[in-house]
Amino acid sequence: MMEPQEEKPIIYTMENKPIVTCAGDQALFTSLYTPLAQQLPREPMEWKRSYGRAPKMIHLEANFVQFKEELLPKEGNKALLTFPFLHIYWTDCCDTEVYKASVRDNMMRWQGNLRLHGSADWVIVVVETSDAKKKNKTNILPRSSLVDKIRNDFCNKQNDRCVVLSDPLKNSSRSQESWSAFLLKLRTLLLMSFTQNLGRFEEDMRTLREKRNQPGWSFCDYFMVQEELAFVFEMLQQFEDALLQYDELDALFTQYVLNFGAGDGANWLGSFCSPVKSWTGLLLRRPIDMEKRDGIQRGQASLLELRSYLFCRQCTLLIFLQRPWEVTQRALELLHNCVQELCLLEVSMLEGALDCWVFLSCLEVLHRIEGCCDQAQLEANVSHTVGLWAYATDKLKSLGYMCGLVSERGPLSLELNRTVDLLAGLGDEKAETVHSLQSPYKKLKEALSSVEAFERHYLELSHAAVEMYTAIGRMRSARLVGKSLAEFYMRKGDPEQAESFLQNALGSYVSEGWSLPVTHTRKQMAECQKLLGKTENYLQTSALLAGDANLTNEERIHFCQEILTFADQSTDSKAQKVALSMSYFAQLKQLQFRPATATVHSGTALQVELCLRSLMPVAVPLEQLAASVHFNLEQGETNGKTRGPQRRPYPGTVLFPLGNSSAMPPSAAVPSLELEEIQDRSPSDPRTLNSTGMVCKNTHLVMRRRDSSPSPDTPNLVSPVPVVMEDGAKMLMSGDVTLLPGNNSIVFSVPSQELGTYTLRQLCATVGQVQFVLPHISPLVQYEVYSQEPQLTVEPLTDQLLAGLPQRAKVRLQTGHYTVKKGDALQLTNIDSIPILTSSSCPATIFNSTAERVDESVLFIQSSDKVTSISLPPTPPYHTLEFQLEVLCVIPSDPVRPENQRLTNGEIHHRPRSYSHPDNHMTAINQRMSVDCPWSIYSTPISLTFYIPFKAKHSLLSAGNRKYIQVCLQNVSDVNFHLMDQRLTEKHHESSLELQSLNTKAHQLVCSKQSVYCVWDVRWKENMPVCLQCVFSASFSSASEEVSAFKPYHYEFQLERVTTLYSVRAEIMPAAGQQNCHSGSLCGLEMSITRLAEPDDDEEDDGGTEEKGQTETEEVCSTKLMYEVAGSSWVVYGRSSGLVSMPADANANHRVQVELMPLFAGHLPFPDIKVFKYLPPSANSASQPDTDSCVENGMLSLIDRPLDDQGDTASFCSQGSVHSVGSGEQQSRVLPMPRLEPFSPGQVFNHSQGCQVLVLPSTDDCVLEINAT
Amino acid sequence: MAVCIAVIAKENYPLFIRSVPVQNELKFHYTVHTSLDVVEEKISAVGKAMADQRELYLGLLYPTEDYKVYGYVTNSKVKFVIVVDSSNTSLRDNEIRSMFRKLHNSFTDVMCNPFYNPGDTIQSKAFDSIVSAMMVQAS
Repeated sequence: MMEPQEEKPIIYTMENKPIVTCAGDQALFTSLYTPLAQQLPREPMEWKRSYGRAPKMIHLEANFVQFKEELLPKEGNKALLTFPFLHIYWTDCCDTEVYKASVRDNMMRWQGNLRLHGSADWVIVVVETSDAKKKNKTNILPRSSLVDKIRNDFCNKQNDRCVVLSDPLKNSSRSQESWSAFLLKLRTLLLMSFTQNLGRFEEDMRTLREKRNQPGWSFCDYFMVQEELAFVFEMLQQFEDALLQYDELDALFTQYVLNFGAGDGANWLGSFCSPVKSWTGLLLRRPIDMEKRDGIQRGQASLLELRSYLFCRQCTLLIFLQRPWEVTQRALELLHNCVQELCLLEVSMLEGALDCWVFLSCLEVLHRIEGCCDQAQLEANVSHTVGLWAYATDKLKSLGYMCGLVSERGPLSLELNRTVDLLAGLGDEKAETVHSLQSPYKKLKEALSSVEAFERHYLELSHAAVEMYTAIGRMRSARLVGKSLAEFYMRKGDPEQAESFLQNALGSYVSEGWSLPVTHTRKQMAECQKLLGKTENYLQTSALLAGDANLTNEERIHFCQEILTFADQSTDSKAQKVALSMSYFAQLKQLQFRPATATVHSGTALQVELCLRSLMPVAVPLEQLAASVHFNLEQGETNGKTRGPQRRPYPGTVLFPLGNSSAMPPSAAVPSLELEEIQDRSPSDPRTLNSTGMVCKNTHLVMRRRDSSPSPDTPNLVSPVPVVMEDGAKMLMSGDVTLLPGNNSIVFSVPSQELGTYTLRQLCATVGQVQFVLPHISPLVQYEVYSQEPQLTVEPLTDQLLAGLPQRAKVRLQTGHYTVKKGDALQLTNIDSIPILTSSSCPATIFNSTAERVDESVLFIQSSDKVTSISLPPTPPYHTLEFQLEVLCVIPSDPVRPENQRLTNGEIHHRPRSYSHPDNHMTAINQRMSVDCPWSIYSTPISLTFYIPFKAKHSLLSAGNRKYIQVCLQNVSDVNFHLMDQRLTEKHHESSLELQSLNTKAHQLVCSKQSVYCVWDVRWKENMPVCLQCVFSASFSSASEEVSAFKPYHYEFQLERVTTLYSVRAEIMPAAGQQNCHSGSLCGLEMSITRLAEPDDDEEDDGGTEEKGQTETEEVCSTKLMYEVAGSSWVVYGRSSGLVSMPADANANHRVQVELMPLFAGHLPFPDIKVFKYLPPSANSASQPDTDSCVENGMLSLIDRPLDDQGDTASFCSQGSVHSVGSGEQQSRVLPMPRLEPFSPGQVFNHSQGCQVLVLPSTDDCVLEINAT
Repeated sequence: MAVCIAVIAKENYPLFIRSVPVQNELKFHYTVHTSLDVVEEKISAVGKAMADQRELYLGLLYPTEDYKVYGYVTNSKVKFVIVVDSSNTSLRDNEIRSMFRKLHNSFTDVMCNPFYNPGDTIQSKAFDSIVSAMMVQAS
């Protein structure tokens, strides 16, 4: 009896509530209905669920209907919506009689009916009113007793099935209490009933589902059953649970389809595999689509219909749940899924029908969402809807292509037929949307109706999608849609519109380095540019495509041919040539200089070899390949400085990094780290390393923030950077080159006439009207042309040149720009004692500029007294001529030479005339010569330093009147020498003088750093000459040389005042009565000074003025001497110095006694006794300004003494002189000071020099010891 | 299993991309390139939420009619994209995850190779064979 038709209105409104039947007193119920219906949903109840489902709070409502037997469900009826969940029996009976008479029977019948249908969900309500009690008091039983009775009669053990409601219409607290208790009971019972009945239903449903693999099982039947459950949950406002039911159905169906795909087909699926005849799209405006539901129930629904219905229900519930964005997401999934399923089930469908369905469905979902959200919400959730927009756009586009609405000519008849068929499948418009202007149905119909309408709709959709994608930052997606728009425009023959879209897309792909899309888009771009007639851009793009490895060879050749065709075509017109960037055409890989230094002297051939890698697929004949060169005249580079290759880090070969091979995006390829090692050396010692590390030289590039937008200088960009060939620069040309695919080598001969630096700037390949320009060559490529003056250098072959021995020196002549011709000679002019060039001819070697041996020849040397001429072999320019010269520097016998010698060329030599070698103290001699060279009017000064290997010293030794000369010869060099034939001669060859050698060995070896001493006895017959001029000579040769010529060595010296004038004899006498001297006690020193020789002209020579002073103050024939006693171990008591007047006659004697005290015990040397010549102050010296200068004067005169002067003599002397002034009689005369003059070493002979005296320790030792400590 | 596997550098250029039906290569390039939009969206969304314990797997980036595109991003912002045929329904989320993990491991090996210059396209045989194994299995 429960026909589905009857359900319809209930379900349609979606306002159905669980049914509760009411039996018994209808009037009573009617009076209570309003408060009951109001209060029942007021408080939520917790609904505890079976199967571990989470409990829910639920507001209960009910639809109270009068109890009829027909309402009770029959066996097997699965309808849940019409199921009465609770049966209530109302009574307000309070009279036992009445109860027994009618009410009980009535109840019995009610109960019987219920029991018959197995319904246990009932309750009896006894309404108790105080009014009723008052009316008939006679046979009133207490209320409780009647209730007890009812309970007794009907509710065995279920006392809660009978409820009392007291005074329900009164507003008393008792009444309220009673109400709430009743409502609680009612809710509890309702929930109990739900749990029980739904549980049972679910149980049945599950059982049914388990049978799904049995033959007769039908999904549609099961669908209806589970949907019933969903309806109930929806009725209970449990949308979540309702949705769950649909989702389960969805999943079940999906699984079946998949199983079918896997070959496990269920019979019932057959109905879904039938051809689809209608593609009306989703219909979401109604909460439930009964038409489709009927179809399902009848098992006649197609797959699309089932899916549509299911989604419609899910959509409704999701919107109830306020999850509209899930709708869009699920919609997209659904549409994709349906497409897949139809394919899987191999459902036959008119071509394009599915596109119609998807298109309609997308728009329908979007409309539905727009209908339930406001604009702000929509805008905030574009990311959820944009997918549908794009999908709809896509589908409309494919429909358009299919129906011939995109082509320029309009649809063909075949396409028109197809359109008609597609439109037929749409059926009539649904009633809901008939009146709306913008329904998906209308849109589709209109779009398919004409080319113009299609274009309008398609553009509208596309632009909307692009805008949306752009708004949410999905730029790539936006560009992809834009690109398909461009394709559309191209199809429509509208390349202007297409260009910007293509450009955008291409830019994006290029900047992110996606080579395949780049190639594809670029191809479209080329087509577009060709149509637009943008020749330059088209050629540029063609060049790129011709070199694109992603294309097939045929395509590449095609694009290459396009360029060549253009290049050939318009040669006649003198129009501007089209300049394109070379990087698309060919890559400069390598550049090599020959010679590798890239530095040549002017006039030399320099070649540059370019390695160009042609990217073109075919050989391209170039009319010309030109490299522009920037010339920079470098100043000061022509002065002949050698420019070594160390200035260039690369040996003549420049490798160009392969930038922008199409696989790598420019953003990633731009900065590679340029690392360099740094070393921090300590400033004091460059060999120690303080720290070392790496620095990145191009941090500014590497660390630069990179934008996502492509940088404007990206060379691969769509619109080429305008390339301009610089004018006016020098050019390297190479005509008629054919560039083969791959690497090509092109050689340029480089002009090298002018001096300076040349920089290669640009490269330009000309093909007919097309020029390929490489605007910058980076890294910098430079070569230099220089000129060099001839240079002559002479350097010692060994570490140092030794004077006196033949030594070798290397002469190097760098010819520079000068060509040495036959007959050219070097003229060496010697200055005084200059090296002598020996050997008449010597071999010479010629090297070229790269230090390779080229030639050898022999030099001829002609030597005259002052000039040596060396004839040079012919030598080409920029070569080096080397030969060795043997030089000999004679050791000067007298090392003292005038300072500031002037060279022949007038240059003043500023070096000290002789100086010591820093290591071995050899005396160095600078020898200079000037060379007249054939290439210059000026002579070249050349200096060589020789070192004298020997140092000689002489000394005069005396023994009384006898004299000896000792010469010490020290070998200061590092070489050992043989020495022989040492001789000492007097220069003037005085006959009276005889020098007798006391040396035994005639031949001696002088090792390095060792000395040889030679002594001669000087004998004379008559008067000893005042001055002896002696020459020591010896022959030496290097000990290392086997056959060696002995070379002479001379040492000249002069001895003066050789004769002994005075002899001094001293004696120390112990104190009287003592045997020996004792330390600490006085003893006497007696010295006697004896004149040995007449005071002859020797003393007169000393200085006339003094002599005169002497004669003025003293007697004529006496000399004043000053003596001085001093000793470190002696203390002089009294005067330690004094004046002695010596008579002029020979053997005159003077004795002086001085008291001394020895400080130590032991053999003490005698104190020093010094004798000076005393020169009294003279009148002439009165003009001297003050005492200080006078004293200084004295000091100076003392310092001049050549031998045996102690360090403190000066101060001592000055003291002495002051002392003597104080003691002398001329104290009153302040200004004229006396002077002391020392004797020459041989003039005073001290007999007691070296004598010692025994000093005993003092007797009272202990006192001394205390003093000592 | 997969029909296309791509590794994309931090700067969004492809380090490695391979697809199984060769004639559709271009389409996959477009698909993968477009999917970067969603990858970036997801990365920025996740970055805001929890920076430290980031899930590398980005899940389904977007479905198309024919393909499902899944994403994964390493901590150094290298992206992995796997495209799966929509009709291939046997693949569960977990399997996709494990594919990504394998891919990541192999990629790490590539990066550890001292002869590999980070940023270059990947030409490792080992990596290639891992990718092949993922692609061949079901196709």
